[in-house]
Amino acid sequence: MSYAHPIVEKIEKEYLRTDYPAFRVGDTVRVHVKVKEGNRDRVQVFEGVCIRKRNGGNRSTFTVRKVSYGVGVERIFPVVSPVIEKVELGMRGRVRRAKLYYLRSLRGRAARIREKTFIKS
Amino acid sequence: MRMGIYGKKLGMTQIFNEEGLRIPVTVIKTDPNVIIEVKTMEKHGYNGIRLGFEAQKSERLNAPDRGQFVKRDLATYRNVREIRFDAEDQMNFNVGQEVKVEEIFRVGDPVDVTGKSKGKGTQGVMKRYNFAGFESTHGAHEYFRHGGSIGCRLTPGRVVKGKKMNGRMGNRRVTIQNLKVARIMAEDNVILVAGAVPGSTNGTVFVRFAAKKVVYL
Repeated sequence: MSYAHPIVEKIEKEYLRTDYPAFRVGDTVRVHVKVKEGNRDRVQVFEGVCIRKRNGGNRSTFTVRKVSYGVGVERIFPVVSPVIEKVELGMRGRVRRAKLYYLRSLRGRAARIREKTFIKS
Repeated sequence: MRMGIYGKKLGMTQIFNEEGLRIPVTVIKTDPNVIIEVKTMEKHGYNGIRLGFEAQKSERLNAPDRGQFVKRDLATYRNVREIRFDAEDQMNFNVGQEVKVEEIFRVGDPVDVTGKSKGKGTQGVMKRYNFAGFESTHGAHEYFRHGGSIGCRLTPGRVVKGKKMNGRMGNRRVTIQNLKVARIMAEDNVILVAGAVPGSTNGTVFVRFAAKKVVYL
């Protein structure tokens, strides 16, 4: 992106948040989403694999994919969205791609992601 | 009365409303808007004000324009425009007074935004007037982005005036109607308008109450 005016940056900074765990593509995340039902608020959890992250300050998004009753469901969340109450980090996955679009054509056991193992040094 | 204010387009970004919906907004900086002249019923036959925007070195103005500022002991401005009010509107403006954006608009007000659109240069009819063009298959030959026929036969024997053809596109005055004020940042003199606004970043725009919406003050 090109140069943004300081006031534009100031507006964008207001929405930035630092309460996220450092999750990466391939990790399993639990996204707590505030849902408005009539006049009361409820929190819904969307759990799945993060298959994509797009960075761009205020415009950053991440995509979470899960298989619900045999149907693949993907949700794109703006990182700065106030609708997201919190994000929990689940299993860390070992992947070799930045975008896991290939998961869409796989199902069942083939769509599993191996857990990342950390070697003590 | 359709009060308005000059501004400078700073660019676009996005904000979130209370429901968590993402709103694309244009950031417009509106200072300083200075009242250069107050027109009154007795003296001029109508009520109104003249606004100046964006400081300009006095030697860059021609003498008649400069004189307008000098005789009122004001700094010189690049843009000047007059706003007329209805006869029954109450006037309480003074020459030299700065008009602040938070005194005029509130969040949610419908506004019209006028600016000069980005120049596109010479363009064909498909881009300029959204003509459909022609299909690239079924035997068509070297006639894909043309405008088609431009007239009839012996009667009328000429092309009608105003026929849409190719030519210069953009770089003209454009007004976008019924945009909503998304937020006002009083400390920066900045107004956020939901949606896009004509012109490039750093272009001068004029924001005023919407002509086709009734605003209750």
